Amino acid sequence: MVTTTREEQRDRLWKAAAAVTDPELPMLTLADLGILRRVEIGDEGTARVWITPTYSGCPALAEMRADVHRAVRAAGFDQVQVHTELSPPWSTDWITDEGRRKLLENGISPPGAAPRRASGSVPLTLLPTRTVPHCPQCGSERTEELSRFGATSCKSLHRCQSCLEPFEHVKEI
Amino acid sequence: MSGDHIYSALSEEHGGDARWAFGTGFTDALAGVDTTVPEGVDGDDLALYCQMLGDDALVQAQRLTDWVTDAPELEEEVALANIALDLIGQARLLLARAGQADGSGRDEDAFAYWRGPEEFRNVQLAEAPRGDFARAILTLLVLSSARLAVFSRLSSSKDPVLAAVAAKAVNELAYHREYAVSWALRLGDGTPYSRERMVAAVADVWPMTGELFATHPVEARMAAQGVGVDPAEVSQEVHRVLTEVLTTATLDAPAPFPEPVVAGRQGTHTAELAPLLTELQKVAREHPEATW
Repeated sequence: MVTTTREEQRDRLWKAAAAVTDPELPMLTLADLGILRRVEIGDEGTARVWITPTYSGCPALAEMRADVHRAVRAAGFDQVQVHTELSPPWSTDWITDEGRRKLLENGISPPGAAPRRASGSVPLTLLPTRTVPHCPQCGSERTEELSRFGATSCKSLHRCQSCLEPFEHVKEI
Repeated sequence: MSGDHIYSALSEEHGGDARWAFGTGFTDALAGVDTTVPEGVDGDDLALYCQMLGDDALVQAQRLTDWVTDAPELEEEVALANIALDLIGQARLLLARAGQADGSGRDEDAFAYWRGPEEFRNVQLAEAPRGDFARAILTLLVLSSARLAVFSRLSSSKDPVLAAVAAKAVNELAYHREYAVSWALRLGDGTPYSRERMVAAVADVWPMTGELFATHPVEARMAAQGVGVDPAEVSQEVHRVLTEVLTTATLDAPAPFPEPVVAGRQGTHTAELAPLLTELQKVAREHPEATW
């Protein structure tokens, strides 16, 4: 029997959970997205993993939870608990540089800096109120927003006015 | 690993977690969150308060889905459906919290599917008929502005679960309000016809706005304990926001809100709620043990 230290186990647990991919953005791992918050080995050897939802209604969360469960079991942990952590709320600022690179490589425009929360003030303009994304295909800065809401909660729809290709952008939140 | 394609998850073993479609394997929305009710906070009051905020979101979301397959443009349908999805997410968390707070252990489905109209605590504007697109936009503008004002304050609630749910929701609600503002500006300051529709929408919706700022005794007690927010407190701020939006859209400054009278918060609803719930609850009630 191979004995391993608690740190080695914890490391193995983190790697197993971190490698799980997002069902809706399959090029990204949970670590790339910044939704894997922490892991812990309990006294009884229970593997405990905390993940945070992107949007309150994100239907992928249940899927990710099941995938984490399966991946951690496959890494040799018999007792697995996957927990939800709500606070602090997820922000696109937590998407890693590696994650941003992968998004771009796959034709999805990565988010800019998340907006500061200013609930009292209301933007009264039809001009873009958030970052204008560059075209992930040709790099042009001349892009227009088609819809602030896209095929999934986390994305908006845009079109490049230079190469005329439509593209998706991960919304700053 | 299942991650290569979303559909690959469908063909894999899910143990007892039966499902037939992606995204439907719902588990407890608050799994693993510390759900102890803070000391000195009345669990029954907290549960009712969570139902009020949760029902506002659930009923508004169900009403918004009336637009699915029927919106003026595909992009607007996607937007309204996304907004509904955010609200359903907020409702799930709040209703799950309600079932823990009152000690009944009821889950979100028990609240959504197995209560009658008189047990729902949403404001009447959430259940109001969808009307035309201008009316839908104005309703969304009013509801998202009021909810954003309440939830911003709720982010510092003494109940850590409510505070966390609110802090998350605030970012989503800011997007909802932005969307409603962008359309209010286009329609109000658009063609004479679109403007006429917006004027009619204000006339239709305004009489129902007073209730949003009426204080139910549970809201008053929760606010006094630092757990909830007294909606009367946000009335001025919301009126200022709406005035700013409507006047920028070249419409008349709106009248003051009508007198705040508690209605939906005590289970008094319009005739619109029952048919809305019949549709929402139909499958769950016909197949009570079904899993999917």
